[in-house]
Amino acid sequence: MDKKIRVLVAKPGLDGHDRGAKVVACALRDAGMEVIYTGLHQTPEMIVQAAVEEDVDVVALSVLSGAHMTIFPKVRKLMKAQGLKDVLMTGGGIIPEEDIKKLSKLGVGRLFTPGAPLKDIVEYIRAALS
Amino acid sequence: MSKIIYTKEDVANIDYQRDLGMPGEYPFTRGVYPDMYRGQVWTMRQFSGLGTAIDTNKRYKFLLAKGQTGLSVAFDLPTIMGYDSDHERAKGEVGKCGVAISSLADMETLFSGIPLDKVSTSMTINAPAGILLAFYIAMGEKQGVSSDKLRGTIQNDLLKEYIAQKSWIFPPKPSLRIITDIMAYCADRVPKWNTISISGYHIREAGSTALQELAFTVADGFAYVEAGIAAGLDVDTFAPRLSYFFNAHSNFFEEIAKYRAARRIWARHMKERYKAKDQRSWLLRFHTQTAGCTLTAQQQENNIVRTAYQALSAVLGGTQSLHTNSMDETLALPSEHAVTVALRTQQILANESGVTESVDPLGGSYYLEALTNQLEAGAEEYFEQINKIGGVVPAIEQGFFQKEIARSAYQYQQEIESRKRIVVGINEFVETDAPDIEILKIPATVERNQCARVKKLRAGRNNKAVKSALDAVRKSARDGSNLMPKFLDAARAYATLGEIIQVLREEFGEYKEPPTFW
Repeated sequence: MDKKIRVLVAKPGLDGHDRGAKVVACALRDAGMEVIYTGLHQTPEMIVQAAVEEDVDVVALSVLSGAHMTIFPKVRKLMKAQGLKDVLMTGGGIIPEEDIKKLSKLGVGRLFTPGAPLKDIVEYIRAALS
Repeated sequence: MSKIIYTKEDVANIDYQRDLGMPGEYPFTRGVYPDMYRGQVWTMRQFSGLGTAIDTNKRYKFLLAKGQTGLSVAFDLPTIMGYDSDHERAKGEVGKCGVAISSLADMETLFSGIPLDKVSTSMTINAPAGILLAFYIAMGEKQGVSSDKLRGTIQNDLLKEYIAQKSWIFPPKPSLRIITDIMAYCADRVPKWNTISISGYHIREAGSTALQELAFTVADGFAYVEAGIAAGLDVDTFAPRLSYFFNAHSNFFEEIAKYRAARRIWARHMKERYKAKDQRSWLLRFHTQTAGCTLTAQQQENNIVRTAYQALSAVLGGTQSLHTNSMDETLALPSEHAVTVALRTQQILANESGVTESVDPLGGSYYLEALTNQLEAGAEEYFEQINKIGGVVPAIEQGFFQKEIARSAYQYQQEIESRKRIVVGINEFVETDAPDIEILKIPATVERNQCARVKKLRAGRNNKAVKSALDAVRKSARDGSNLMPKFLDAARAYATLGEIIQVLREEFGEYKEPPTFW
């Protein structure tokens, strides 16, 4: 059997809206992945440290607070500094299309907005890591 | 859940006087006032806050000019979490999902040109609620409006923060102490203020069912009543100022039944279990917001229609005030255009639809009465379960509510995935090239300007007075005396929100939730 895909699901910043993060975590688990959930109110440093310690293949951030243009680039930068540049960074939240394009240029993977089917998220992660 | 047809068999056990009564009469199933909207239409209160206090003040004046009848402040996350705008943890979040308020100075700007004796204000603030209320009272003093004339609401519902919304600061015990301090202070000094808005909204948004929203919220209400009584307060001194806040979700009749059941449950428990004698203690008055989580990022204009039906359910359920969501809120804070359409939706309901003419027009419907009974019975079962665990706080500590909600949220999403539940534009009637609508952006200058403002305030005030006010807060936190007068003194001295909260963090500690997703 293949090694299980390891995913860190993280809630950065001050936002407490964790419904999306938890539902996605359940879906990834049910799709056979190993999910590590950070819990709430994480700083970029805490997230990247957890990614290193847990040796994950994917870092998935959920941001609904409008702070995505600060948080995603910061986490991406710290990941690079920690030698995690090959770890897939993805996520979702209340993020306008225009910002998704900007983040994509920084090396952030696909970002999912409200209404995204869970199976798309699962398939995206599987395809990106295959 | 529903049967194909309901008949008189389904309501055979209803006794009109005992279970329904006239509107304005016990058990208030049909409404809290005899004439309801004939006497006064619900307050139209759009939850609103963006950028700096200057930006939001403009938005308030815009909304009032468009016919809004009450104000509702949305704070940004640093304010909600008790950080000043220039704190390290506030980076990137200032003014993003609400207005940044770090001190009395910001509050003065927020309400500049808005007389506090003419308007009622709701503030969605929880852990720092006492401090924001102190800013409001101090601002009233500057406008020459004494605290007994101030009308409004602070959300101040920490139990639902641990359960669903997750913007806590302190552990449950000191949180309940601050809340009872506020209840006692307001009963004496700010008698027209609603001291807690016991909130089901966030529980529902986090993924609960209608029944869970009803049961968990009213269970929280009971817990506040018990905390007040345990703090030595007479129930009738504070219970009349407790109000509720519910979600208006998509299942039209179930929502109406939920509001009716809530009124009946509250009246019965307040009278029979908590022995409240003042009739005002029995009244469940509530605000409603349409369900943000039902809005779709796809085909955004459809959200106007969803919101209108949800608003109608709130009105048919007898709400006292209402917020209607804007079509663009899955993407950003609402634009002026979008919020105007949302407000107009309420104005059309109030002025054109005729639903304000007769009180509880659906009362007596076999279906609705059966649903109301069913929700009440289901809620009572949950109350028993919560009691068995030992009450609301132990149930929070064991993750009971959190687990129930997470399970419902995942089930809801799976129903959408399997198309058991149809959402237009998501899993049916999908458009691939729907046009985008224009959305509001918060520029980066907001954070820079706001940080500069806070720094300037700290440099220009009497810092000796600030220190002694903060010392008084610390002393009060330790000796158990009422914190509110000390918050007020600190507010008057222009101590910042972050400074006051920091003292309390040091004294009370911070709450940590075990990270599980189930």
